[in-house]
This record gives sequence, C-alpha cells and structure tokens, in this order.
Amino acid sequence: MRALCWHGKEDVRIEKVPDPKILNPHDAIVRITTTAICGSDLHLFDGFVPEMEDGDILGHEFMGEIVEIGSEVRNLQIGDHVVVPFTISCGSCFFCQKKLWALCDNTNPAAHENELMNGYPAAGLYGYSHMFGGYAGGQAEYVRVPFADVGPLKVPNGIPDEKVIFLSDIFPTGYQAAENCNIQPGDTVAVWGCGPVGQFAIRSAFLLGAERVIAIDDVPERLEMARQSGAHTIHANGTTFEELKEMTGGMGPDSCIDAVGLEAHGSTVDAKLDKAKASVKLATDRPHVLRQAIHACRKGGTVSVPGVYMGFLDKFPFGTAFAKGLNVRMGQTHVQNYMRPLLKRIEDDDIDPSFVITHRLGLNDAPEGYRTFRDKHDKCIKVILKP
Amino acid sequence: MKSRLVEKDYYRGRARAAHPSLKSGEGAKIERSVTINRSPDELYSFWRRLENLPRFMSHIESISDQGDGISHWAMKTSHGRTLEWDARLIEDKPGQMLSWQSLEGADVDNAGSVWFTPATGGRGTVVKVAMKYSPPGGKVGAIMAKLLGDSAEKQLAEDMFRLKALLETGETPTTEGQPHGNM
Repeated sequence: MRALCWHGKEDVRIEKVPDPKILNPHDAIVRITTTAICGSDLHLFDGFVPEMEDGDILGHEFMGEIVEIGSEVRNLQIGDHVVVPFTISCGSCFFCQKKLWALCDNTNPAAHENELMNGYPAAGLYGYSHMFGGYAGGQAEYVRVPFADVGPLKVPNGIPDEKVIFLSDIFPTGYQAAENCNIQPGDTVAVWGCGPVGQFAIRSAFLLGAERVIAIDDVPERLEMARQSGAHTIHANGTTFEELKEMTGGMGPDSCIDAVGLEAHGSTVDAKLDKAKASVKLATDRPHVLRQAIHACRKGGTVSVPGVYMGFLDKFPFGTAFAKGLNVRMGQTHVQNYMRPLLKRIEDDDIDPSFVITHRLGLNDAPEGYRTFRDKHDKCIKVILKP
Repeated sequence: MKSRLVEKDYYRGRARAAHPSLKSGEGAKIERSVTINRSPDELYSFWRRLENLPRFMSHIESISDQGDGISHWAMKTSHGRTLEWDARLIEDKPGQMLSWQSLEGADVDNAGSVWFTPATGGRGTVVKVAMKYSPPGGKVGAIMAKLLGDSAEKQLAEDMFRLKALLETGETPTTEGQPHGNM
C-alpha cells in the first residue's frame, strides 16, 4: 500500500510499504476513505516531538471501511463504515472505565518508556512517536486498528465523510477544551489560535452556551473564519492583553483556551526568547500563548489547554495562576466520550464540521499538504486527503 | 532496590528448599507492584499455571511443570543463547502468594515471590513481584550481568505492564509486524 512516512525534520514521503495485518484478536483493518493532516502532525513535521523513528507512518485522523476483523471483534462487520478515534483505548482498565480514554493503561507497548518520562504511561496513539507506542498511522491506504471493538464509531449510511471525519480528533478536541471551561450563561471565552482545533473550540463554546467568544490569531483568513462562527476577534500583537481587558470591562475572559500549544510564536519579548531557546534546545516548548492566557484570564477563571505540550516549559507563571486561583485543565482528548453526542449534533444540523476544510488533496500530495498547512500558504486551514 | 519482603520470604522459603542455589545475602534484588482489575483468585490461578508465564515474560521462552513443585525454565538471551534452570515452588498459598527458587546447577540462580492482595476501593488486585538473582561467573555470567544487571528492572516493569494488559484485555499491546517506511 501507499503510506506517508516520516524521515526526519521536514522530510515526509509517500512510499510503498507492506499492507497492515491483524496482530491481536481485538484488531481490525480499515481501508481508509478519508484522512487528514492535524495541526499536531506539524509538531512531528517540525521535529518537536521526541522518539520518532525513520520510516514511521503518520496520521491520526482517519475513517474508512472495515475490511478485516480479529477473532474477538464482535460488534463490527466487514463493510462497516467507521470513524476511528486517535486515542487507542482498551475499554477494560480503571481509566477507560472512568471514561478517561486517553489515559488507558493497556494500549501503549512503550508503557515503560512513557512512564520513565511522566511517572505513569498514557494510552497508545496512532502515528505519534514511540513515546505513545509507535502505532502506524492512517495517512495511508490501510491501517490496523487495535481494540476495534472499543473505539471506532459506525457511521450511518448517507453521511458524507467530510461531515464526520473530524470526530476522530479535532471536533472532540475543541469540544473538550470548551467543556473543560465549565461555561456558565453570560460567560466570555477567549480562544488563542484559530487553526482547526481553535475553530472547533469557538463553535463548541457557543454550543455550550457562551455569550461571547473572543478569538485571537494573526492570520487574517483564520480570523475571518472565526468571525463567521460568531466570534469577536483580536489580531494578535503586542497589545492582546490590553485589548482583552478592555473588551471584558476590565475583568478578563471567564475562560481562556490555548489552542496553539508548544510551537507558539509571537512578537513579544518572551516569545522571541522562547524561540531562541528552543532553537538551541535550552527549552523544549514555546509556551508564549499559555503565559498570556494565564495572565489575561479573570480571577477564579479557567485556562483550558487542548494545544499539545511535550516537555519542559520555561518561565511558566505559576505564581500568577496561584494568585488568581485559576483552574487549569488540559490533556489529550478522551475522544470516545464525544463521538456519539457530537455525531448527533451533526445529524441534527447543529454544526457541519466540514466548514474548516480548505484543501482537498490526494494522498500522493500529502507531503506538499504538510508544507502548505505548516506555512499557512494559500489560506490553508485544514487539509483532508483521499487515498 | 531494597526489598525487605523478599528477604524475609526468601529466608522462610529457603528452609524448605531441597538444594537452594542462591545463598542468603547474595544476588541483586528487584521488585515492582501493579494493580490489575481482576480478583486475587483469578490472578493466582493464572500465575500458578506456570506455562502461562511466558505469555507476558518476554525473555522467558518456556516453562514446563515437572510435577512435585518442580518446573523447568528456558530463557533466550538477546545473543540467541538459551539459559536453563530448574526451580522449586517453596511456598504456595492459594489466592495469596507464591515463592520459587532455582535449584543447584542453574544457569541463572534466582529466587522470587509474588503476592496477590485485594486493592483498595474495589480496584482489583495489587500484584507485587520481588525477585533476586545471581548470575554465574564466566562468559555466560558476563552476558547475564548485561542482560539482567542493566535491564532487569526494565524487564520486570515491561513484563508487569504486559501481565496487566493480558489479564484485563486478553491481549498484550504490540506493533511487531506492522508496516514501516523504507529506512
């Protein structure tokens, strides 16, 4: 089959590789009908994620048709059309039973290595480094899906892929970010980063009852998309904090969502220092947005972090978070919690997630897709790929 | 890593062993606990059927029960060499714990215990494994020192993760045999 393989920083290629096989009794093989490039794939592309290996197959947003099932998969049949959550979860452990699917104990073959870094291991993920198990991803013609009886969501006939593909990650991720804000009537939610996750966080904040959403970015077409969702916008610059304070009557947003993560860039002094330090490996992450969100949030408010962080953060304003009694919520998305309720929202026409798609490419054009998406060329916001 | 428990248990068991190969106070010790969402009885029964152990102990090739509490163990080193020994069950408390010890002539002298204790909050069972081992001298000893000395704790940690996955889900997570790009 053809698959997108990682070979190092800014080096991804389409290659012929062997087809995946059933390796465990709860596996299924899915023939990909639609896959996508995620903003978090760009962290791999840019070389920010450790434990990548030459030849790893990327991609964790995908859907397709079941073509083979393992002996213990009883709820799926050959020919079923499914969306696959990016978190691989066993459904049986303490964490899965508490619906903390992304923290599953039993799906990461590299559990011990992950444990050495974090104290306890997190779940396996598709195409997201060997820290998360090194599972081959879905930017390919076929993919092996472990615990296929637990994660995948059967898609009812007649719904086009483009409407449901993002149930695999970014719609639930934006939704969980908004849900973590515990939005109350009258609340203002600020969202840093109007990439795909930010766009879904904006829409989700409104779905969950926010009175006002303020979106912050420095890319005009992304701000325009946020406005179309009903958000007020701030063009990120040196005065973002002052503008936010002014727009909220001196009080600050009730909740702040960092939908940017570890590769934040900006024009302030701390952002430039972050970039300099990360470039010489003095720091692993660039937490400029997170600092600003903590600074801007109202007292007693919530800072919610769907953006990915990987390592050590320099000059994290813990004292500010403490002084203001902030709630900070974060983590990988417990995708399985949201797939069915959000499918219902789609079926009820509350939202059509395909609004974020700007680029539709063939799998063979995926390497170019990475570059276009990373560089925000051609007004690119979201790339989907058709094998 | 210190382990008072294995020491205590080791001495208690030693008195009953016919020909223990590991003298008191010798060998390196490792231990680890894991909580598994199954009952102590289920876990004990699984472990007591020693043939099950290679399903999660990746370095153990085979274990055969010879009867009378004696079992034969074969282990493959990363250098492709097979090391073998006989072990005797020296304590066996159904639903609670097991202790074993290698017998004279073992390629790897070792002793160990496993306890199955109900976890708090109905979370299943705490499985605690404590082992000590003493690699022989010579060339085999050098291989073993490398294999066990540096990575014994890692090996035990990985085995315990696999044991948990196997008992909770019926399989152990793997990517062995999945496709990969040209390197």
